[in-house]
Amino acid sequence: MKCGVVVFPGSNCDRDCYHVLKQVYKLDAQWIWHKDLRLEKFDLIVLPGGFSYGDYLRPGAIARFSPVMKTLMDYARTGGRILGICNGFQILLEAGLLPGALMRNRSQTFICKPVYVRVENNRTPFTGQCAEKAVLQIPIAHADGRFFVSDADLGRLEDNGQIVLRYCDRNGETTEAANPNGSVGNIAAVANEAKTILGMMPHPERCADPLWADLDGEPIFQSLIQSF
Amino acid sequence: MLAKIHVTFKDGVLDPQGKAVHHALADLGYKEVQAVNIGKYMEIRLADGISEDEAQSRIEEMCDKLLTNPIIESYRFTLAPSE
Repeated sequence: MKCGVVVFPGSNCDRDCYHVLKQVYKLDAQWIWHKDLRLEKFDLIVLPGGFSYGDYLRPGAIARFSPVMKTLMDYARTGGRILGICNGFQILLEAGLLPGALMRNRSQTFICKPVYVRVENNRTPFTGQCAEKAVLQIPIAHADGRFFVSDADLGRLEDNGQIVLRYCDRNGETTEAANPNGSVGNIAAVANEAKTILGMMPHPERCADPLWADLDGEPIFQSLIQSF
Repeated sequence: MLAKIHVTFKDGVLDPQGKAVHHALADLGYKEVQAVNIGKYMEIRLADGISEDEAQSRIEEMCDKLLTNPIIESYRFTLAPSE
């Protein structure tokens, strides 16, 4: 399984992603520079978290027009798997590869803390190893994570099983109090219709190395590996 | 030519900043305030000699493509000769 981690100016979770793929799961991992126009054949491409282009204008708005994105769009069209984490999720939305938008948190503040999320669909390449309705504790770290879609689109996402994770409490209840940023329907992660692309605000790469105490990000990577 | 662009959130999109400012204005006694929307303002200077029609369509294209996110934002702009 060959993985690529895209590096934009301002990415800051790229090394964590690379470390987990390469050192923890011993996968063939490579960097992809944002100016790269030709991509080798990859099985998975990760768009990491950070502040690409300083989050100027809107998070992801400028990264979405990076040279590498043209190739990434082709890769996506042919069914290539993409995992966008945090800023990577924002870029995927700006690029139109996923539906919806991410707005400034309801609190207007940057939030960095562990949160619980419930697996809403475990029939995706990203969650196949998770039990149905499994509750995972994964950290978030963002100022712009309030997921928004129109009511009509929300219904379509639900019908198509595109909502993959929802913020919840430790018992798996998707309460308002457990919604850290005001996202519509407590949504923390969405997939495209074909389930080949996932965008998620929580950072699984921050809790997937057995040297650390928290390991709830592991099932996301294990699922991806098992899906090949 | 100078384009003055205003970007605001669409109706139905929660604007917590606007809401908080609305509360603050109400606390200060401005009871007549009915709604507050906080947005962005941009100025874009275009090359001399561009016609108003062309400027109109080029700025619209820029707004749709990059300057705004049509899912959550709407925009309006005016064109004026550069000072």
